Amino acid sequence: MKLSQGIRMAWKSILANKLRTVLSMLGILIGVATVIALVAMGQGSANEVSSQLKGLGTNMLSVNITGRGSDTTLSLPQAETLGDGVGGIEGLSPTVSGSVTARYGSKQTESAVTVEGVTPDYEDVQSFHPQSGRFIAPIDLTAYNKVAVLGVDTSEELFGAGVSPVGETILLNGVKYKVVGLLEPKGTSLTGSNDEKIIIPITTAQRMFQSAGVRTVSLKVATVDQMSAVTAQLETKLTEIFRGNTNAYRVTNQEDLKETVTSVSKTMSTMMAGVACISLVVGGIGIMNIMLVSVTERTREIGIRKSLGAKRRDVLFQFLVEAVTISSLGGLLGIACAYGACLIMTAYFATATQIELQVVLYAFLFSAAVGVLFGLFPANKAASLRPVDALRHD
Amino acid sequence: MKRDKRKAGDGALEERIGDGTRADAASAERHEEALLSIRDVRKSYRMAGEEVQILNGVNLHIPRGDFVAIIGPSGSGKSTLMNMIGCLDTPTSGSYRLDGIEVKGLSDNRLAEVRNRKIGFIFQSFHLLPRLSAFENVELPLVYRGLAAKERKAAAETALAKVGLQDRMHHRPNQLSGGQMQRVAIARALAGEPPILLADEPTGALDTKTGADVLGLMEQLNSQGHTIVLITHDLDVAARAKRTVFMKDGLLSEERGGRT
Repeated sequence: MKLSQGIRMAWKSILANKLRTVLSMLGILIGVATVIALVAMGQGSANEVSSQLKGLGTNMLSVNITGRGSDTTLSLPQAETLGDGVGGIEGLSPTVSGSVTARYGSKQTESAVTVEGVTPDYEDVQSFHPQSGRFIAPIDLTAYNKVAVLGVDTSEELFGAGVSPVGETILLNGVKYKVVGLLEPKGTSLTGSNDEKIIIPITTAQRMFQSAGVRTVSLKVATVDQMSAVTAQLETKLTEIFRGNTNAYRVTNQEDLKETVTSVSKTMSTMMAGVACISLVVGGIGIMNIMLVSVTERTREIGIRKSLGAKRRDVLFQFLVEAVTISSLGGLLGIACAYGACLIMTAYFATATQIELQVVLYAFLFSAAVGVLFGLFPANKAASLRPVDALRHD
Repeated sequence: MKRDKRKAGDGALEERIGDGTRADAASAERHEEALLSIRDVRKSYRMAGEEVQILNGVNLHIPRGDFVAIIGPSGSGKSTLMNMIGCLDTPTSGSYRLDGIEVKGLSDNRLAEVRNRKIGFIFQSFHLLPRLSAFENVELPLVYRGLAAKERKAAAETALAKVGLQDRMHHRPNQLSGGQMQRVAIARALAGEPPILLADEPTGALDTKTGADVLGLMEQLNSQGHTIVLITHDLDVAARAKRTVFMKDGLLSEERGGRT
């Protein structure tokens, strides 16, 4: 007996019991849909994380000074020369940061705003560019100029939407600063909003926060491959500066961060998919149950087929094809449901999803395999019926 | 095995199955020439731990072209004999040769093959598959023989024409009358051109008139050369056959028409 014939026969008996078939394939359907949707959600959030990190720059290193006291701070000249002699560094930008309340006329920011004291290199290293006005210039550092570049959200809060703040004067902790530039909007990343900040010269910031040292140095590495080499060299240098006190600093790598976050979200989604697989097994049991009922109901049919010359394997094949047809049909409907669910999640719940073709293929093959596995026992039961007994059955 | 030529297939089967037993030179001459030859066949079942003897050494020889009725009261063992003749069951002891093949000791698969090629079943309650059309029912034995769709179609159409149902081909059994259903069943039995037609109470579920029609059809088929074995408890039905044998307590005795 050929496969096409087997499928036609299976289709006939499925059509004869539509409701029952649909109910028995429900388990597989839900299982497949859940597995695909969960993996898609996991993949979607991993993608989101990695694109956010990409916004920060995957080739970024940051050195954080965690130590206290005069022994364990990095002075500005030290910070600016940190990259000297280390190959592969494209740019370096020391930062001093703190938070202030900003005021323009009678308007005041609702909460404290982050102020970053930076060098002119910050513009290229962190790729923050002014959309109007200018960025911090070297002269601002040497002259301790009280000038500020605003993020778009902060500017909007103080001046209102669409109003250029350039040329105006604002008060930061009561001190007058002249606004010289407005940054391009950069959106939100893992570290929070990039548009809610005020940038001033680093020397001015050191005075404002009364700190001599630099707490953060961001470095841009030429290529991602050089990250670990650069990290190692920086660590050597820092150990030297801090006389072996390795607790005084920390070098963080965006790439590592991304890998950690991605692997966490992948592990989560794999675990959930594993749980969903259990429902596939339960679905398989449902199919086995219905196939056993079907074999009992159709005992006489089996007897007739055998009397006409159906061999053991013909009957086995017939019932196996039926089980696989039910389970893979459930699988196909499950795939359709997963696509639907992902569309809805993305459209209405702003959940990022990405369905991978590979996962769809595996889920489908798994559902077909469930049909074979759980169809085997009922089919074998049908095939081993003795024709004499089967014919007499009513 | 090549399967696209039915005749060639038959030959190959005979060769394969027959080889081992053909050397059985001790067989009587009659045993050799008969289409169906049963010698000293016994069948016993274990029921609730007790051995129950159903057939006690049955002998029956049916030559090609014969029309034999086996009659007997219920419990006489005629169903068991029918199952034996139909290769649905195998004897406990004795010998059963069908068209040159020793049936005793064949595996389930080979029995299925013998049923498919050598026997056309006609059942009391028709035993048509309700979800298939008349045509699909008739072609079913040919599906299991592994024939291509074109050959099946030709054979099934010929068989349906023989029983006068060529215009009912695509009706389901529930759209046919009892007589028509039995005709479809007969067409199904004929489709594979088996050497023997085995009918088990073929008129049992029909009224007198349609029953007579069906018997008329069987007589006609016999006159065209089909060998028919008819199992019944009805003497009037048995009277239509060329020859009658009587079954009682697991033994056969010749009633009329010839040799045992």
